[in-house]
Amino acid sequence: MLTYNVLIAVALLYVVFLFGIAFFAEKRARAGRSGWVSSPWIYTLSLSIYCTAWTFYGAVGYAARSGLEYLTVYLGPTIVMLGWWWIVRKLVRIGRSQRITSIADLISSRFGKSTSLGVIVTLIAVVAATPYLALQLQSVTLSFAVFAEAGGTHWTQADLSRAALWVAIGLVVFTIVFGTRNLDANERHHGVVIAIAVEAVVKLCALIAVGVFVVWGVAGGLGETLQMIDASAISKWEQPAGRWVGLTFLAGAAFLCLPRMFQVLVVENVNENHLSTASWAFPLYVMLMSLFVVPIAVVGLNLMPSGSNPDLFVLTLPLAEGWNVLAIFSFLGGFSSATSMVIVATIALATMVSNHIVVPLWLSSRGAGAVVAGDIRLVVLLSRRISIAAVVLGGYIYFRLSGGGAALAAIGLISFVGVVQVLPSLVGGLYWRGATRWGAIAGLVVGFSVWAWCLFLPSFGQGAIIPVSVFENGPYGINWLRPEALFGIEKIDPLLHALLWSMLLNAVAFFVGSVVTFPAPIERLQGAQFVNVFEHSTGARAWTQSAAEAEDLLIMSQRILGPTEAQQIFAREAARQGKAGYLPDVTPDFIQTLERNLAGSVGAATAHAMIGQFTQGSSISVEDLIAVADEAVQIMEYSNRLEAKSAEQERTARQLRDANEKLTALSIQKDAFLSQISHELRTPMTSIRSFSEILRDGDADPATVERYSGIIHDEALRLTRLLDDLLDLSVLENGQVTLNIQEGSLKTLLDRAISATEASGRRLSIRRIVANENHLLNTDLDRLTQVFINLISNAEKYCDAEAPELKITLRRIGGRHVVDFIDNGSGIGKASQRVIFEKFSRLSDHRKAGGAGLGLAICREIMARLGGEIVYLPGQGGAAFRVTLP
Amino acid sequence: MAKRVLVIEDEPNITEAISFILSRDGWTVHTHSDGETANERIKATPPDLIILDVMLPGKSGFDILRDLRAEEGTSELPVLMLTARGQARDRELAEKLGVTQFMTKPFSNAEVLESVRALARD
Amino acid sequence: MALKLKPLQFLARSSYRQRRLRDVAGMLPIIGILLLQVPLLWPRAEGQSLTTSAMIYVFGVWILLIALALYLSKAIRNDAPELGEGQEDVD
Repeated sequence: MLTYNVLIAVALLYVVFLFGIAFFAEKRARAGRSGWVSSPWIYTLSLSIYCTAWTFYGAVGYAARSGLEYLTVYLGPTIVMLGWWWIVRKLVRIGRSQRITSIADLISSRFGKSTSLGVIVTLIAVVAATPYLALQLQSVTLSFAVFAEAGGTHWTQADLSRAALWVAIGLVVFTIVFGTRNLDANERHHGVVIAIAVEAVVKLCALIAVGVFVVWGVAGGLGETLQMIDASAISKWEQPAGRWVGLTFLAGAAFLCLPRMFQVLVVENVNENHLSTASWAFPLYVMLMSLFVVPIAVVGLNLMPSGSNPDLFVLTLPLAEGWNVLAIFSFLGGFSSATSMVIVATIALATMVSNHIVVPLWLSSRGAGAVVAGDIRLVVLLSRRISIAAVVLGGYIYFRLSGGGAALAAIGLISFVGVVQVLPSLVGGLYWRGATRWGAIAGLVVGFSVWAWCLFLPSFGQGAIIPVSVFENGPYGINWLRPEALFGIEKIDPLLHALLWSMLLNAVAFFVGSVVTFPAPIERLQGAQFVNVFEHSTGARAWTQSAAEAEDLLIMSQRILGPTEAQQIFAREAARQGKAGYLPDVTPDFIQTLERNLAGSVGAATAHAMIGQFTQGSSISVEDLIAVADEAVQIMEYSNRLEAKSAEQERTARQLRDANEKLTALSIQKDAFLSQISHELRTPMTSIRSFSEILRDGDADPATVERYSGIIHDEALRLTRLLDDLLDLSVLENGQVTLNIQEGSLKTLLDRAISATEASGRRLSIRRIVANENHLLNTDLDRLTQVFINLISNAEKYCDAEAPELKITLRRIGGRHVVDFIDNGSGIGKASQRVIFEKFSRLSDHRKAGGAGLGLAICREIMARLGGEIVYLPGQGGAAFRVTLP
Repeated sequence: MAKRVLVIEDEPNITEAISFILSRDGWTVHTHSDGETANERIKATPPDLIILDVMLPGKSGFDILRDLRAEEGTSELPVLMLTARGQARDRELAEKLGVTQFMTKPFSNAEVLESVRALARD
Repeated sequence: MALKLKPLQFLARSSYRQRRLRDVAGMLPIIGILLLQVPLLWPRAEGQSLTTSAMIYVFGVWILLIALALYLSKAIRNDAPELGEGQEDVD
């Protein structure tokens, strides 16, 4: 019993440890110190999720049954990584340039951002992966049972199920906590990646430790071990050549097509150069993983009582020899293999299910307005979390239904054959521009059907799902459709039979389907993008003249990407176009960039559909797109330099045009400025003169006299204020101002500003969402307070909401602190946004509010002097100003 | 019957001052503060004289004047224009548009009263 | 008959070497596939135990391939851009 209790304690401690380092990694990443997570070694280790519990425990069992054949499972991926120059490099480049989130997204994106293809690939992946997840749960629970057995308790089926349920719950929690932290699937999940890397080290060390123990501790040395192998039942290596070649191919293909492998290989890749390291380090890893498999198998066969399960030799051998600590270490290795695979597979599958099935359904159920109506981020996150739970639950249910029996052991390779049905569309899509959506659909459906009929359904056993009579005579007596002898070709190994036929028919359907159908324009564009990714890395240019308004797009993007990131994208584009602020011209290029950024969060097809809602006004004709496609091919032939040059010219021209407009505007402004000053000064003077004449006449009653004196007084004050402001502004503009630099906290400044504006009787309620108000500033505090006062009293004056409210938030953007002042009024129209910082630009319908319209101009000058910035922040509902602190 | 003067001005204090002076002199004073609806107001109840500001919300005094002159019933209506933008260009423009009299702010009360009396007599 | 050979102009020798190294990198998986199929062709006699020899052979080839890949990864300068245009990471 002792061992078992210790084991439970160790397992729990290990889980706590994994949570701990994951938290630690997330924390460091958030503090901006994520460099070490982005090393090529971590990348290589994360690839090791290829080695699941099936390979950790099962490889020994496999070797005990079929000798060296287990090596094929590792040789396939080795060859793929050695040949990274061919396929993997291209995949990674495309993955990044198109912001691909999953293998389903890749296929969907390649074939015209097709929703239906995304759904098909997702379904295939889920069907193929669910038994595989069940297998992981089974291996963990069986290993628990081994220790319980050693402690003297025999586990029943109910015990196994209960353990599996707890493991499943733990995995769901971990995956949700660390796998859905960021919405952008393109971003790295630091916590997950680091936990997987640690688990990769643990499982490798565990297997090597058991191997060393077996070779030198039990067998008595290398020579003795080799003799033992020669004397064993597997010494005669009667390897069927077909299976050797076929399985090597299968494993290599699965390495590319498995959703979890795609996740770590492509999606989590941060740097293409990491591939170069992984190209030898990953083969080295799997080589070490497989090094001691045969010795362990042979020694186990020799020592263990006959009939004991060779799949568990890795555990039972050390236990039988009394090496409990080693056994526990080995258990942790198996546990690591299972959990890391489940975590990544679940993240990958949940992203696919969420992006290709749940979100599109949600969007279509909400109608066209949905994109702007709600916070899509929450919906996507929620759907991803639910998908995670559902995927793991599916694995658990499969485990329960299949009874955890031997049927599961074979499922690894069966599942491989299922996922490699994606291969023809994947490779065809990467290298052949003629591949079309219909071709891909045909290939996938045919391949998947053949797999289901010939391998998956029969795997439940003859008579379980397909009746025995069908196996013997075919469905409805159609002899050539027998599941294990298609077209009457019998006596091939069933796995090889299914692999051969499914791949062949899949590829033929894909080819024929592609040749006979005509691709839609967007398919042709995406095709060119994918096939020639190294020549030109621009996305499909699908949006020509767009009717989309920059502000609408910003509102939508904020809902998906979050305000900070969306604003950065818009500001960067505006800067690239040589404009200030957050609203760039909506050019096709920009829409394309934006779409790709959105695709990183919700997948290509969905992003395309969302953008489409805004650009409907301009439906694109086939001719247009074909013209653009041809143009894209031509661009490819020109050098990048030429392209860069013309972009440069265009930018210069735009800047010149802007400068010219500014000059013209300035000279008009100068006149306007003078006449404005004249107007602003004369208006109060008129009142003062007129009323003082009335008072001088001396025939007014006392009440009127008092009233009129009041007006004279107020207008005189107004005149003084105006002169002060003008003076202030001219000092600021001429740079004659002396700054009085002091240190103070943001909190005191805001407090001071708020109390200064309180005097006039508050109708505005102020909400401060300032996470770190104690942020220290080292600047001219009085001037900065002046800016705050101006913004608060502006909100007080102009906010036209029923219950006016001003939200003040401090956040960090790009290493600088910004304070946003956002009210809940009707905001400022787009045309006015451009002029509010100009002098006397008080918007005409607010005349009565007093003030000359110099406030914001002064704010802008102050912020410029202090080395900060103030801008209008569009798309926030009400009027919103962003002050970037110096 | 007292003659009616319509003051179109958006600064409430100035409106009040003019109203006071003219009422004291026996005029019936109506006021209107919005540029956009000024022409409709004039058409609905035509006054004997208009005192018109230039910088008005919605529509400038110049535009109001132009529209007044284009309209049959009001093409001869006396208009006294008051403006705080005292540039020569503004005066020229006002005269071209057919203003009856042009006066810059700040004005003296006596001046305004005199002009109103003179204009309304015609 | 003896032609006077002009001394060959030195033409970017290092970039030429880079291109040939890339060719080797491209050939590596093909070499691997071929070498790993060789044991299938070994003659099989009754009662002879092949597993140990095959094991040693396969692992030997494996290590050789890894060593080659390691050499290539050091020798080839990867000119891949750090990040493609237009999708620089948002900080």
